[in-house]
Amino acid sequence: MSPETLIAAALILPLIIAAGIAAMGWSPNLREGVTFSGAGLLFLVIILLTMHVAGGERPELNLGQAAPGLSLAFKLEPLGMLFAFVASGLWIVNSFYSVGYMRGNRERNQTRFYICFAIAIFGAMGVAMSANLFTMFIFYEVLTLSTYPLVAHKGDAAAKRGGRIYLLTLMGTSIGLLLPAVMWVWVLAGHNLDFVQGGLLSHVDVSPAVASALLILFAFGVAKAALMPVHFWLPNAMVAPTPVSALLHAVAVVKAGVFTIMKIAIFIFGTDMLEATPAREFVLWVACFTMVVGSLIAMTKDNLKARLAYSTIAQLSYVVAGAMLADPAGWLGGSLQIAAHAVGKMTLFMCAGAIYVATGLTNISDMKGLGRKMPLVFIAFMIGSMSIIGLPPFAGAWPKYELMQGAIDHGNVYLSLVLIASSILNIAYLLPIPLLALMPPPGTKEPKPFKRPGGAPMPTVVAPLITATLCIILFFAVGPISKFLAPTVGDRVEYIAEGGQP
Amino acid sequence: MIDAIMNAAPAWALTHAAPLLVMVPLFLAPVLALVPNGRIAWLISIAATGISFLFALVLLGLVQTSPIGVVSYEVGRWPVPLGIELRVDALNAMILLIVTTIGLLASVFSWPTVTAEVRKEKRALFYSAFLVCFAGLNGVALTGDAFNLFVFLEISSISTYVLVALGAGRDRRALPAAFNYLIMGTIGASFYIIGIGFLYAATGTLNMHDIATRLPELAGHRSVQAGFAFILVGLGLKAAMWPLHQWLPNAYSYSPSFVTMFLSATATKVALYALIRFLFTIFRPDYGFEISAFSSILMPLGIAAMVVCSFQAVFQTDVRRILAYSSVAQVGYMILGVSIGTTEGLSAGLFHLINHAMMKGALFMAVAGVVLTYQGTTIRDFAGLGRSAPWTMTAFAIAALSLIGVPLTAGFQSKLQLGFALFDQGLWWAVGFVVFSSFLAVIYMGRVLEAVFFQPPVNPRKARKEAPILLLVPLWILALANLYFGIAADFPLGLARDAAAAAFGVEAFR
Repeated sequence: MSPETLIAAALILPLIIAAGIAAMGWSPNLREGVTFSGAGLLFLVIILLTMHVAGGERPELNLGQAAPGLSLAFKLEPLGMLFAFVASGLWIVNSFYSVGYMRGNRERNQTRFYICFAIAIFGAMGVAMSANLFTMFIFYEVLTLSTYPLVAHKGDAAAKRGGRIYLLTLMGTSIGLLLPAVMWVWVLAGHNLDFVQGGLLSHVDVSPAVASALLILFAFGVAKAALMPVHFWLPNAMVAPTPVSALLHAVAVVKAGVFTIMKIAIFIFGTDMLEATPAREFVLWVACFTMVVGSLIAMTKDNLKARLAYSTIAQLSYVVAGAMLADPAGWLGGSLQIAAHAVGKMTLFMCAGAIYVATGLTNISDMKGLGRKMPLVFIAFMIGSMSIIGLPPFAGAWPKYELMQGAIDHGNVYLSLVLIASSILNIAYLLPIPLLALMPPPGTKEPKPFKRPGGAPMPTVVAPLITATLCIILFFAVGPISKFLAPTVGDRVEYIAEGGQP
Repeated sequence: MIDAIMNAAPAWALTHAAPLLVMVPLFLAPVLALVPNGRIAWLISIAATGISFLFALVLLGLVQTSPIGVVSYEVGRWPVPLGIELRVDALNAMILLIVTTIGLLASVFSWPTVTAEVRKEKRALFYSAFLVCFAGLNGVALTGDAFNLFVFLEISSISTYVLVALGAGRDRRALPAAFNYLIMGTIGASFYIIGIGFLYAATGTLNMHDIATRLPELAGHRSVQAGFAFILVGLGLKAAMWPLHQWLPNAYSYSPSFVTMFLSATATKVALYALIRFLFTIFRPDYGFEISAFSSILMPLGIAAMVVCSFQAVFQTDVRRILAYSSVAQVGYMILGVSIGTTEGLSAGLFHLINHAMMKGALFMAVAGVVLTYQGTTIRDFAGLGRSAPWTMTAFAIAALSLIGVPLTAGFQSKLQLGFALFDQGLWWAVGFVVFSSFLAVIYMGRVLEAVFFQPPVNPRKARKEAPILLLVPLWILALANLYFGIAADFPLGLARDAAAAAFGVEAFR
């Protein structure tokens, strides 16, 4: 198949899956069959596309103009490919997990749930493959709208409130800040919104003040990247069922946010202009602030999902900080973080969900000694935590390493110190959870028997083990990934990828 | 589609399309008054608006194929400038297309709501008044004569007062609303005619094209400037430009549902068209007094409308009043687009005009459906309707999202174009107001949508009760148009761009 057909397939497949799920709603088994086969097919399409991109091709697909000059167009490049790869690959694992979780929990409206999930993946694919800001904006909003029913899935007062905050914050910032920024770029770039290697605005004479204003509009307009103070939708979105938190609020939605920022930094601003933008330093500061404060708030949370949510906020800022470093090492670190954090945080969320299905527990303080009854889940949690912290040999080690290298190369030494502090905080709020569960201090009460007879359903245990394994595999796969990303993040990366490895 | 109609149209239709657009409804109106049966009157009015719609398409085709982009018709073969000229370019053709499309959809859907809201013996008269109003609006959009425009404006307005007053069958407050509208509308018309008087005194002609050619040497003339001021206020009143909009909320809330829907999508649009015609074709945006009018009157007023009326909409409890205030706010967007004074700005304003006709038409149609089945228009009455009337309310939601400006809807496209035009002129602060007004739209439409989809019904005994099919079909045509033109905006945006170019007197045809 030609790459153009593959791009079209990657977009249409999720929609066909959504339609198939709707048609098969009467039979849960057939419905799940549609999800699985569709997700597998989508992943296959993405793998084929990745091979094309790795071979140096840049396939394009233009669906036509929405209005003169504003075309719905798609163009693949390594960074977007990485995002699409991560999202579609983890969708398979997550679907597997969802089946166990949703059935084990006896959730209602499961058909609507799976339909919205498929449409959300459609939005993520569109964001990943978009060739210009307009297309990206459209799919960014598709992602927001399709995930709103998922957040409000339970339909009780808390879920509705969380959903409302979710929708209003994401829509408000994107229409209020991101959209004006897009319009501004359109005018500055002479009626053009394409992503151009080296920066769309690099050949335009933009004053530092305007560039600063644009950068700030982008940084806070993309609220999915959860920079403080536009981060609060994420903890509120935790009312969603855990599979949603796992795939969307650790992978697809939030990664779409940081991916957008990365893409804007690389393809709209470009190294030189970003370097010359005074607000770059400010956004970098905000990212550092978010890292530290997010981690500090996470420490105070006893609810496991809330703690993970604040941890996500802190970790997302790694990518933003990487984007703001404006050099290949920073960009490489940020890009790696998109993949590394995805597998790590997804593991943690899926473990949290498995614990909830089996025992009904949501608070960390109740989980002491629970590891004796659910050892596999807590071992997976342990691996995920260590990856998030950034210990080798887990995936999270590389982005941190590259970011520090970029920070030192670039003279922003304080960023390395913040990253070290963030690691220490990560240790403080993540490691005690599996450690206390697996090795409870003497005198801890025996945990109560499982609420659900038989404990966690099999898929909810296997799925986190898969992603935990991925955490380890990703550590060793960093060389090829860096080479794959080199054309997007900069030429010097290959040197870094090879020479920088111990 | 236009090509096919052009080929199928007989020769007489091609030559006489312009006058027939007015004549067909105008001559059928008295016939309707004599028809004893409301249902027959309804069918005739569908036929009249349908024929007019075809004529509008023919005119659009003629204009687009004409080498100079203008179709001129001398009424009674009296030579221009002495006789009345009907002069159609891309701008009028676009407006005529909107008016006739909405007129056709409105008359199709009208029967169930008219039977419910208008007394039996008045139904035929009601349709008669509607056709007169329709003919008047077409006339305003067709004519190339400044005084003739006044005549048609009054024909449409007077029949509108009647239509609004007929809402008294449902709510007695329709009578003061109609009286209020009558007074305000007459003041507007008087201002307009005084302005025309000044222009006539200065130029000695009433033909618009003629005035335009004679004005450049008289631009410094006091009476020309006074005429400009009177016309601006008079037409601004008719177009519900803030703060001259006071007649609108009551007139929209208490008139019969069908009238609200028709007026909101056409009447203010046609008045705005006349204003644009004067601002861009007769007067020119490069006259000093007009530049200052743009920057110090129209732009602040447009922004004030966007912000103030959106705020007022937030605090209403009646859905029709919410939509009425929102209409004034949307007129503000159009005025803002016009006041930029560039072709991009004008085309963005006109593009929003098209989209607003589609979304407000759909919204008021859905409200009419609710009035029909549940007899209430407060937000409380809307509670839980998402479950009992899913088709009506899904269309309502689509149009509401379009009104807010959510991506993939028509409203998003026009706000995007407006933003582009504003940034182009460095008016980035105005974009801030546009965005802020959209936020307010999120709030006021969000209140309704939340009641519709998330609140339990007030009276749970009311089972599933959908609006009749006659209402659902036009409603969904408009709702789907909102979605379709949100994804592929080429057709309406092309119309708006051609219209803006024509208003500036630039030839912009492909």
